[in-house]
Amino acid sequence: MSDLPLIQADRAVPPPAATTSTGGRRRRLRLLSRTDRVVITLMVLVPLLLVTGFVWLPAVATVLLSGTNWDGIGPLNEIEFVGARNYSDVVNIYPPFVPAIQHNLLWLAALFVVATPFGMFLAVLLDKEIRGSRFYQTALYLPVVLSLALIGFVWQLLYSRDQGLINAVFGSNIDWYGDSNVNIWAVMVASGWRHVGYIMLLYLAGLKGVDPSLREAAAVDGASESRAFFRVVFPVLRPINIIVLVVTVIESLRAFDLVWVVNKGRNGLELISALVTQNVVGEASRIGFGSALATIMLVVSLVFITIYLATVMRENRE
Amino acid sequence: MSRPQSQAEYLARLVPSSVAGINRRSLLAGAAGTGALLGTGLLAGCGDDAGSGGSSKDVSLGSNQSDPKPKDVLAKVTDGFKTSSGVQVAVNTVDHNTFQENINNYLQGKPDDVFTWFAGYRMRFFAQKGLASDISDVWSKLSGYSDAFKKASTGDDGKQYFVPATYYPWAVFYRKSVWQQHGYQVPTTLDQFTALGAQMKRDGLIPIAFADKDGWPAMGTFDILNLRINGYQFHVDLMAGKEAWTSDKVKKVFDTWAGLLPLHQPDSLGRTWQEAAQSLQQKKSGMYLLGLFVGQQFSNDEQDDLDFFTFPEIDPAIGAKALDAPIDGYMMARKPKNEDNARKLLEYFGGKAAADINLKNDPAVLVANSGADVGGYTALQKKAAELVGSATEIAQFLDRDTRPDFASTVMIPAIQQFIKNPKDIDGLTSSIENQKKSIFTD
Repeated sequence: MSDLPLIQADRAVPPPAATTSTGGRRRRLRLLSRTDRVVITLMVLVPLLLVTGFVWLPAVATVLLSGTNWDGIGPLNEIEFVGARNYSDVVNIYPPFVPAIQHNLLWLAALFVVATPFGMFLAVLLDKEIRGSRFYQTALYLPVVLSLALIGFVWQLLYSRDQGLINAVFGSNIDWYGDSNVNIWAVMVASGWRHVGYIMLLYLAGLKGVDPSLREAAAVDGASESRAFFRVVFPVLRPINIIVLVVTVIESLRAFDLVWVVNKGRNGLELISALVTQNVVGEASRIGFGSALATIMLVVSLVFITIYLATVMRENRE
Repeated sequence: MSRPQSQAEYLARLVPSSVAGINRRSLLAGAAGTGALLGTGLLAGCGDDAGSGGSSKDVSLGSNQSDPKPKDVLAKVTDGFKTSSGVQVAVNTVDHNTFQENINNYLQGKPDDVFTWFAGYRMRFFAQKGLASDISDVWSKLSGYSDAFKKASTGDDGKQYFVPATYYPWAVFYRKSVWQQHGYQVPTTLDQFTALGAQMKRDGLIPIAFADKDGWPAMGTFDILNLRINGYQFHVDLMAGKEAWTSDKVKKVFDTWAGLLPLHQPDSLGRTWQEAAQSLQQKKSGMYLLGLFVGQQFSNDEQDDLDFFTFPEIDPAIGAKALDAPIDGYMMARKPKNEDNARKLLEYFGGKAAADINLKNDPAVLVANSGADVGGYTALQKKAAELVGSATEIAQFLDRDTRPDFASTVMIPAIQQFIKNPKDIDGLTSSIENQKKSIFTD
């Protein structure tokens, strides 16, 4: 939704600027009273300071600290730089790193290939105004209200090997959270359970906004239900699709709470975010090493952010 | 990582950190690498509020005893100090896990005069970094402590930095009724232990209950095997990073463990120690190697049925006299506002009066001071106290005897890897050694 106003603003502003060009702008500046100028300055400065202080400085500090072996103790001027050693350690002698990267990608793939289409499917069903759709809507959206950490706890009651519901009902002996071949899938089911509801709601909102005459026209032209959806409705939903894409990528990158609640991101549930936390948080922390991991995660995120921004900007230009 | 001290604390732990607001904030701050940069964390701020100025009539105490029961016991002890000395104690209680996670920032900010902490490397580390004060003069006034406790309170420079209060030994626990029913005898050698396990298997029991979901319980198994095979001094040196993990001595520990693994409860990586303890309680398992706190999973009328023995001897030249018995106690900040009162408070904490209050009010722990009136102990506590009293050396547990970053980021995944695949001991030990070299650099 965020890119829609941008497009409109783009289209709305230039034409008058082209006719009255510089003269108009100068007059408008003069129209601003002293109070206005103070207010505008503050409105720019305060958020700028906040963003710099709480986003950019820590990000830069993280990158800088990733070149040190600081343990969080002692004055800043005694920090010793070790060059790229942390990075070579991460890649060469830190066993959880490779699984973590794989799991992050797996997470992205699972959300993208399974959970997101399924949420879309549910949204299309609910959009048909079937009987009791309000009930289904609420039931499916409920998990989204819960925090992922709480979801981990809820599913723990189902998954526990000795005392969990699943093994009790089916008489099975599967170690859902402990067996490293199984637990990543078990956790992703729990994560997908929440993600589906989120995506469903986004699409539902989008579908409600589709002009009914489009569907009527498609129906009159003799398009089948699925053809009308994929050829007419889906392209119209483009802004929603982009949001869903971004939400899915963000969700998979920041996946953390769930695995942290289950077993602190160990034994088959390694994720970069969990490794960062394991190393940085706590007594006598490995701030430098953890920062190196965080920097790697930052770089990975930047890839996706760049792709997204490039797409949005190209669209604006068109 | 600390062991939960009570049922309440265990339950409190189940609440995800993101639900408990303050913890989430500190997590996020830490994840961004800012927590440390900001220097004075949440805790430091709290300490500032609670430490009321520099008046000579009070002293501040930072406490991680956030559960109702231990908090209440500590309040009774500080009341006792107030009565005997007239000095007011401002207790600043912080959630147990938050306290540990913020200890770095806390000690570098404006900490309370005295704070709760653990013996072992965790204590020596902060002493060596100059974040705690030498309290040897307090120790010269204390009595009732064995040499083992004094050793556990001593820093690398030979001075004391810690006053022990309570502790709990690790041993092999079992139900008397189950053993009577099958006619089992306490094993004194590894062969007898293995034979007993095989017999239990034939009798339809899981020989050794086992859980390692939280990562730390299996460290107890590694520790005791290492202590029995290589002795206490090797344990200390290995934990201090002075011995190579690739040595044959360490490999023998893993080899022995691999031999015992078939006797352990399977699928341990998805199980909490509480669940494993319940299999002992439900008479499905025959034994469980854990700390004394295993008794929390037994109802009051089952307590008498619980018994234990120390892990049997493996090498006659080493014997079976060393064990893990983590000690909790108190330390003094580097620059206390009320130094005289802080020393007085520590002396009181280490004295008989405080030990008696602890003993009377908290049945889940043992008190370190042997001068305490132990008449109130249960049979199990008495036996545990005797076991530790007869120990030649007391280790503090793997994650308390080594660098915390090494224990949690290297050893927990490594031991879990070993449990998953006990065959690749060479690959495992060389991976540990590589990471150790990178961490133990200063």
